[in-house]
This record gives sequence, C-alpha cells and structure tokens, in this order.
Amino acid sequence: MSFALHIVTIAAISAGAFFFLAGTIGLLRFPDVLTRLHALTKADNLGLGLVVLGLLPLAGSMREGLKLVCVWILVLLASATVSQLIAYTARRDGQPP
Amino acid sequence: MSLALALEIVFAVVVLSAAVWTIAAREIFPAVAGFVGYGLLLALVWMRLGAPDVALTEAAIGGGLTGALLLGAAAPLRASERPVAVEGPGRVLRWLAAALSATVAVALAASVLFLPDPAPTLAPAAAENASATGLGNPVTNVLMAFRAMDTMLEKVVLLLALVGVWSLAPDRFWGGRPGPRHHADPLGVLAFLARLLPPLGIVVGIYMLWAGADHPGGAFQGGTILAAMWLLVMMAGLTDTPPVSRRWLRVVLIAGPAVFLIVGIGGLALGDGFLAYPVAYAKPLILAIEFAMTLTIAVTLALLVAGPPERSAER
Repeated sequence: MSFALHIVTIAAISAGAFFFLAGTIGLLRFPDVLTRLHALTKADNLGLGLVVLGLLPLAGSMREGLKLVCVWILVLLASATVSQLIAYTARRDGQPP
Repeated sequence: MSLALALEIVFAVVVLSAAVWTIAAREIFPAVAGFVGYGLLLALVWMRLGAPDVALTEAAIGGGLTGALLLGAAAPLRASERPVAVEGPGRVLRWLAAALSATVAVALAASVLFLPDPAPTLAPAAAENASATGLGNPVTNVLMAFRAMDTMLEKVVLLLALVGVWSLAPDRFWGGRPGPRHHADPLGVLAFLARLLPPLGIVVGIYMLWAGADHPGGAFQGGTILAAMWLLVMMAGLTDTPPVSRRWLRVVLIAGPAVFLIVGIGGLALGDGFLAYPVAYAKPLILAIEFAMTLTIAVTLALLVAGPPERSAER
C-alpha cells in the first residue's frame, strides 16, 4: 500500500514539476501578454494541483491534507482573478490580442 | 553533497541574484518586481533556517506590503522616469555610494564570520524564563515581554510613518479621504474576489493573532492579513477610504500603543517597573495588548498603502 502511494507521489510531483517548467518556458518565450498568461495559469492550476495531489499521501493527518488543498484552492482563486485583471488591462491598453 | 546542502546553495544563489537584479534593473517597475521576488525568496530562506515567525513577517511585510507601497510609488514616477534618468547623480557620486555600500557589506560579513564560537546568545535565558508569561511561542515571549519596549516603540514608529504620509496632503484636502476613489466593474472578477475572500481572510488573520501565543504567528502577521482584506475591498470599489479626520479612525490608530503604554505604566505602579507584567495576569495582559495592536497595525498598514488624503471628506 505504502509503495503504491509513493509511486503516486513521485508520479504526481514529477508531472507537477513538468507543468511548472513548461509554464516558465512559456512565460519566457511566448510573444504577448495573453499567451504568456495562458502559460502561467498552467503552472498555477495544474502544476500546483499535481504537487498538492502528490503531497497528500505524505500528509500526517486529515487536517494537514485539508490545509494543502486549501492552499491550492486559494492560489487558484488568486491566479484566476489576477489573470483576468491583467488580460483586461492589456486589452484596454491596446496590446495586440 | 547532501540534498539539503544543495537546496541551501540554490536558495543562496537565487536570493543573491534577485538582490543584484533589484539593484541593477534600470527601470523602476522591474526593480520593484525583483524586490518582491527577493522578499518572498528570503521568506523561504528563513523557513529553511527554522524561523517561521520571521518568515511569515518577511513574506507579509517584505514581499507583500513593501511591494505594494513601492508599486504605488513607482506608478506616478513611470511617466517621468526617462528625463529623470538623464540628470541622475554623476559618476563620482555613484562610485562613492557603491564603495560605501560595499564597505558596509564587507564589515557586516566580517562581523558575522568572525563571531566567537558559540556565538553570544540570549536564547537559553529566554527559554529558561519562558514559563513566566504563560505563552508557548518563544518569539512572542521576547517581543511582548522581554523586549516589550522595542515592540511598543516600533508601533509608535509606524504611527509616525503614517503621520508623515498624511503630512503630504494639500491643505484643502486635510481631513479628507486618502487616495483615489477606486471604481471596478461591480459584476467583475475583482468585486467578486473582494466579496468572497475577506470572510476567509478575516478568520485567518484572527487565527494568526490567536495562534501567535503558542505557535508561529502574532499581531503583525495577523494585522497584515486584515489590512490586505480591507485594501482589497477598497480597491474593488465596494467601499471608500474613510476620511482621516474620523474620530473612530484616530482611536483605532492609537489603540495599540495606548494600551501598551497604559499596561506599562500600570506595571510601574503595581509591578516591578515600566512594562513589567504582574506574573499572575501576564498572559491576559499580553493578549489584550496584542488584540489592540492587531487592529492598529491593520488600519495603519492599510492607510499607509492608501496614501495621503487627496479628496475632501464629502464625495
């Protein structure tokens, strides 16, 4: 059982790290604001989500696990809001779409 | 090389890079972005050093609040940035400043490197007397009991900083509302977040204050979160900044230092000296001070970010 859980942890955190890497490369390489935001949200939403998923089996108690999930939900909320605001401002200021 | 050491080296290199970037960036906005990143990375370093209290404060103040203040200062400067850069300080002055900074850095590094081993510390003394206050968090013990004078004066400094910001107000707006009136789409995402997040943030802020007695946390960290929630509601246009002449506002602003002073003078009369808590009541007294301080810190920090009064009290 614990072996299987470790496999889940390693797989999920590796996948999460991949999304962070891809998101960072996208942030650095993509040409304009909206595509860069698109890359960035992958790191926040999927990357962090997978890292949290991978850490859940290691959480000592139900409380710790819930705290981890709360962190993810709060980051989702913040990043979704900030992306919308950045995209709105970029469009208003006449950045190329 | 162990994994932990590798991680520490990576932290050190990244923090130093962020610091160099902040200094070397030629424009204000990238420099501020670098500074915010530097603050957050520094918080990770403090965690690694086993100082969660300092890490929380660094993330809240160094990364969050100072970043917001600097962004607020940078925004009006951006338009005039290029002409100002042309008439910047001369080469000699810049080299002198660099030499002075380098000397200070080298002196600091040397004094850390040549500390006697073991380094002089009051930690055992603080740990020994921890039971005197009834609080479980040694950092709160030091801040609120052993070095209470410093903490009280720190709050007075915050208040003076706010008075400094307010003194920038034009005469005709004195007593008016700080900062511009923010307008956001009442059905937009910002207004949505400003309705959704504050209940959660207020609970977390108060929890931080309450947990500070026995766990990492405390008045400053809790107060910063409360300030952020208030700023969020103001920036979403759901409420306006209060006129600085309001009586309740002034009372909240001085509540923290005032309660601290009253308890301190009470210690002079009843206890062993200024700020000496009677042992039997140490914990409730400290909690009362921290509660008042949290409110004061929250309002002070939010108003520092909001800026000087620039509109009359009537809308």
